Amino acid sequence: MSTVVTRPLDAALAASTDAVIAKKILVLGATSGIAEATCRIWAAQGAQLFLVARNAEKLAAVAAGLKMRGASYVGTAVADLDDTEKHTELLTHAVNSLTGMDIAYLAHGILGDQARGEREFQHAAQIIYTNFLAPVSLLTWLANFCVQRRAGTIAVLSSVAGERGRKSNYIYASSKAGLTAFLSGLRNRVDREGVTVMTIKPGPVDTAMTAHMTIPKADVNKVAASIVKAIDKRVDTLYVPAIFLPIMFIVRHIPERIFKKLNL
Amino acid sequence: MPRSAVGPHAATAAHPAFESWGRYPKYDARIVPLKWQSDFPGVMAGLRGGALPVGLGRSYGDVCLLKGGNLLQTTGMDRLLDFDPETGILTAEAGVSLAKILDFAVPRGFFLPVTPGTKYVTLGGAIANDIHGKNHEAAGSFGNHVPSFELVRSDGSRRLCSPTENSEWYAATIGGMGLTGLITWAQLKLRRIVSRRIDYEGIQFHGIDEFLDLKQRYQHVEYTVSWVDCASTGRNFARGIFMLGEHSKEPGELKPSPEPKLVLPFDLPGFALNHTTVSLFNTVFFHKQRKPHVKTVQDYEPFFYPLDAILHWNRMYGRRGLVQFQYAIPWQQAKEGTIAILREIANSGLASFLAVLKAFGEIPSLGMMSFPQAGIMLALDFPIKPDLTFPLLQRLGNMTLEFGGRLYPAKDAAMTPTQFKVFYPQWQRFMHYRDPMLNSSFWQRVTGGQSTL
Repeated sequence: MSTVVTRPLDAALAASTDAVIAKKILVLGATSGIAEATCRIWAAQGAQLFLVARNAEKLAAVAAGLKMRGASYVGTAVADLDDTEKHTELLTHAVNSLTGMDIAYLAHGILGDQARGEREFQHAAQIIYTNFLAPVSLLTWLANFCVQRRAGTIAVLSSVAGERGRKSNYIYASSKAGLTAFLSGLRNRVDREGVTVMTIKPGPVDTAMTAHMTIPKADVNKVAASIVKAIDKRVDTLYVPAIFLPIMFIVRHIPERIFKKLNL
Repeated sequence: MPRSAVGPHAATAAHPAFESWGRYPKYDARIVPLKWQSDFPGVMAGLRGGALPVGLGRSYGDVCLLKGGNLLQTTGMDRLLDFDPETGILTAEAGVSLAKILDFAVPRGFFLPVTPGTKYVTLGGAIANDIHGKNHEAAGSFGNHVPSFELVRSDGSRRLCSPTENSEWYAATIGGMGLTGLITWAQLKLRRIVSRRIDYEGIQFHGIDEFLDLKQRYQHVEYTVSWVDCASTGRNFARGIFMLGEHSKEPGELKPSPEPKLVLPFDLPGFALNHTTVSLFNTVFFHKQRKPHVKTVQDYEPFFYPLDAILHWNRMYGRRGLVQFQYAIPWQQAKEGTIAILREIANSGLASFLAVLKAFGEIPSLGMMSFPQAGIMLALDFPIKPDLTFPLLQRLGNMTLEFGGRLYPAKDAAMTPTQFKVFYPQWQRFMHYRDPMLNSSFWQRVTGGQSTL
């Protein structure tokens, strides 16, 4: 009988504290389509946001839009995240502005040009630097910050592409594969310290990054809603849309002697 | 045009990637999504065939189409940027829908200053067509409530436009059909409300004289519009329901609206709408209101947006689509003209059920090419029966011209270049403000081919 009485009270209490204590969220790559859509949901919940992006004009538009949608605080910094030398200064400034950090959301990345990367090592290296090495630098600082405080969630956009290299995008795929492997190792290290590391693996999503692709694409707002929910539940790995969980299981298990003949 | 030549968003003319609300005409075009205020004109690099900014495709004919060209779809520029609750002035990117503005404004006790019959139009589209609403007599048209906006031209120049700054560009862009440049952001002065509710009255009338009497008697009421039966002749000729509304003054709930649930999922066959079904609908609609005069309180959604409850209601007309006919005739010949045109429509047997009659007020529009003018406005749909509908539209267009009226580009698929140039004699002045890279199938049609600066 007592549980029947207390459960709703607990739920109400939990809901009210959620509402009172606004989440403090650092967003890296805030002008990406998925990041902005995710932030719109957090803003409507009254979150405190610190946004980092490279283009000042776009960042200002995103920040204004989130403020209007109900974010209780929106701080911004214009930065090129390839500039790893400045990461410590940038991240320190961000967590000071937020006076803490509950969630770090890494959403920056480039698709790059596969054909160009096949011809020019410099371009391939650029894709891997932006999608893998720069996040390694950010994640190292962020993980140590969270471990010290024994709290926090680090949510990172990787990709289903990282599950298996295909001829059409293996440079991008390998950068995401490296990122995914790094995240699973990091999770293994910091989970016992009370820190959540979440690997988000979206399939193709309808954003500016994929505007040139003719394949079916997921609605960015639905993807964002799934991400927000998964972060709340502290999920380790999220395939979004969920159909990519079985799809990628199959893709991973196609024998290489067959896979190498496919046009993918 | 081969598919490969127009890129991944291309579609065949039978299934174009972007349709106007009337789904007629159907033209192939490439959709170029805009996400940022800085995207244009950079996105135009390497593209051929001209361009036209478009929003949600709620205009009916070809004013939002460009055959073989590039449609700059602004719906990704949908950010609200600033709001001052003291003045009610909202600043937003041009691709935001009026629905999203309402979601923001209503819980804060504000409402659109002017709203069309659907909330699924963009802010930029509302300015570009200088749309009007049921409160035209009290508020004028949409442009009257837009203190300023930014206009970006294909040469990369950016202009802040207001009644005092770049005022000629301001006037040319309001009602400028997207041809003067891209509106990146705009300000809109919202009005206060204390409740979602509308104090509503519906009054049956028979004939235009009774309509004009009611219009006179209720001219102090903010929102007035009439549904009129365009199918009936004889005793029931021009019967209708005069509908009045005011924002309720009694404070009430100010929740945002729920998302619409009903979607008309497929095209109805072309024969579903015929004279019998339309007459039946009109009779039912007229008598649904059982008493000659009803008073009630209703939510603003069914009052302003009765058809928004069913997304894609235009599919009711089948794949062939529909055409709209909408005129405004000045008072001098308004009554005579309306009676003559209604008679012509009723005798044709082609009328549909969505016919709206309204008086436009005296507040002048700020746009150079704006449609509204003081007098009587009639709007209705016709299903497309090529042999019958277009000859009828020609006759109706010429009658409108004879009675000194004009047709509404945003609702048109049939006016001739000759008619257009009489309706809008200022079109040549407007041409000076047209962006040389922007064009529309409407503009090509009514100006008789490609026009340049």
